Amino acid sequence: MTAATDSTQDGSQSSATTELPRLLPPPENKGDAWGLSAHIERHGRLPYRDREGILIQDIETAGLTGRGGAAFPVHRKLQAVFAAADKRRRTPKVIANGAESEPASDKDATLLWLSPHLVLDGLQLAAEAVGADTAILYTHANRRHDVGSRLAEAIRERAARSLDRVPVQLAQAPARFLSGQETALLNHLAGGPAVPTFNLPRITERGLGNAPTLVQNVETLAHLALIARKGPRWFRSVGTDAEPGSMLATIRRADGQPRISEVPLGIPLKSLTGDLAPGSAVLLGGYHGTWLSESQARQQLTLDNHSLAEVEARVGTGIVITLPPDRCGLVETARVVRYLALESAGQCGPCLNALPRIAAALAEVAGGRARSQAIEDIERWSGLVAGRGGCHHPDGTTRFVRSALRTFAPEVRRHQRGQCSATSSKPFLPVPQDAARSEHDWI
Amino acid sequence: MLWYASRATGVVALLLLTAVLLLGLLVTRQGRLPGLPKFAVTGLHRNLALLATAFVALHVLTAVSDGYVDIPITAAVIPLASPYERLWLGMGAVAFDLMLASVVTSLLRRHLSRKAWRAVHLTAYVCWPVAWLHSIFSSSDMQHGLMLGIGIICAIAVVGGVLWRLAAAGNDVPRAERVGLLMAAVHRKGQQRGNRLHEQKNKGAERTLIQ
Amino acid sequence: MPAKNSAEKLMVNFIDCAGHGVCAELLPEAITMDEWGYPIVDPRPLPPSLERNARSAVSGCPTLALRLVKAD
Repeated sequence: MTAATDSTQDGSQSSATTELPRLLPPPENKGDAWGLSAHIERHGRLPYRDREGILIQDIETAGLTGRGGAAFPVHRKLQAVFAAADKRRRTPKVIANGAESEPASDKDATLLWLSPHLVLDGLQLAAEAVGADTAILYTHANRRHDVGSRLAEAIRERAARSLDRVPVQLAQAPARFLSGQETALLNHLAGGPAVPTFNLPRITERGLGNAPTLVQNVETLAHLALIARKGPRWFRSVGTDAEPGSMLATIRRADGQPRISEVPLGIPLKSLTGDLAPGSAVLLGGYHGTWLSESQARQQLTLDNHSLAEVEARVGTGIVITLPPDRCGLVETARVVRYLALESAGQCGPCLNALPRIAAALAEVAGGRARSQAIEDIERWSGLVAGRGGCHHPDGTTRFVRSALRTFAPEVRRHQRGQCSATSSKPFLPVPQDAARSEHDWI
Repeated sequence: MLWYASRATGVVALLLLTAVLLLGLLVTRQGRLPGLPKFAVTGLHRNLALLATAFVALHVLTAVSDGYVDIPITAAVIPLASPYERLWLGMGAVAFDLMLASVVTSLLRRHLSRKAWRAVHLTAYVCWPVAWLHSIFSSSDMQHGLMLGIGIICAIAVVGGVLWRLAAAGNDVPRAERVGLLMAAVHRKGQQRGNRLHEQKNKGAERTLIQ
Repeated sequence: MPAKNSAEKLMVNFIDCAGHGVCAELLPEAITMDEWGYPIVDPRPLPPSLERNARSAVSGCPTLALRLVKAD
């Protein structure tokens, strides 16, 4: 991994960037840097507050937002769970969401592999803040590293030193795109399939086992663990005023390999995409994200929601992929959308009906054998399905699809003539090959 | 006199209950009554259920009030509380209890979990046969002639309806397999269309798509 | 259900919706069907004139997938 590059754009990020990385070990460290002793040496001991609720104020001042994609203010979630626990007189539960079911993202797995103790610290502090008696760490098995074993060992190390006040249970997410979705996660932990459920009131009030439940992304908890030690002002010393702090970005360039980089929010997009060759495109935010054309990406965009709103994109989970000019954006999009359609839970009529049809039509467009109405159909189905499901899977998928049709409009016209500007048919975007075939694959 | 009223309301209740069950099967399978809008099926199912409950209540009251035979009012809901025709009247009580459970849980459905409501509602498949047995065997009325005919027709209708519902459910696709099936179906349709289309394209200088 | 004096709007729980179509029959002014038989619900707050029919549509749904919620 690389340390963040220096930004001299607007001066608000000058000297502070030298203190990155915060969450990941410094680049010169190798091997054993993840262990408990190294962790305590670098970050200090776990700073329990010995009282519920106190940490929440610091988190509010810090302005920490969720790093799981939605960027929801963390203090509001903590407050909601804390208040619900008080009102309903139920002990809450805390869940660290490390499912990272987005295939293009690798930052959570990397964080858990390299800094498990930061996440585990954050989990304890969040549990203390809301008064929880149950802590669960939910992770996805399919990764390059055996994250599960490392976490088990980390938990053992902490138990040996009686560090954790709330025992931590490890739970494994099934290899489904939806398994990281909050209600699907709870459904799975309760013994069912990892499919979304209709939850009113919200899970912060009534979640796992009917208790108020806090679900936070693992990176969010890592930031929380550092804010508890170093304070909100320190956290705000990088990033922008509206969107403070650092985040882990998954960057893929021409070789297609993922690199995890801890960057300040507000860093120029250019330093993440590199110089864009003509005919490139940029995918921001993963498979529920947005394609940007090369000219859009050349604008002075920075990695924060305020800047990206100009091109109707969001930071999401910090995935920045540069599609090289020798690949076809339509072909790549069609491959991904086929995967996204197969990952539909199949519970909601509009999603179940629209996504496969959109996927098939896109495949036709990508293959140059589309009917003249294919694009119209895709737009119509996308409009029909957005907002009409039990979760945001159809919304995100159609956002991705529509941005592809916009960004690759010239390519669409070429394909309609039976031509394609790509010179390589090698798949670029990572798409899992194993589709779910039965209920068993969701449990 | 009341005794006759009791037997008459009993027969009507059985007919209504049969209709309610058949309508319930129709609702589940999203079937329609010819010439009627969709809301008629679910509306009739609910209204006839309430009507059936009323008729059963009348049936019970007239049977209890009539001096011909001594039946305590508690026998309406407590099985085996009646010394008269203990077993068959007991069945009536069971059926009535289950009916009340279904009706009350349905009226309060908003406050129940989906699973809880469904579990109670499924007892309808126990309620009906028990009610039928009570009808046939509580008095000699329905054991011959027209009355027996009515009893048998109701039984055939219910058995037929349930078999139809089970057979139709055999075509239901489990949740986890739905999207896979639909993908395959849509893809097949596209292939057939695409094969026809591809033959009409002319190839240009740039790389053309093979597939 | 929300209090009578607050504005309300319709919401569909698509996980429970099975596409029976009763709602669209009972409230055609605010609910239409898409090409697959699932309801497209007007997201705006309901005018008071439609409130009564909206409540019958909500109670008429065989799976209780249609709801009336506070319009924010």
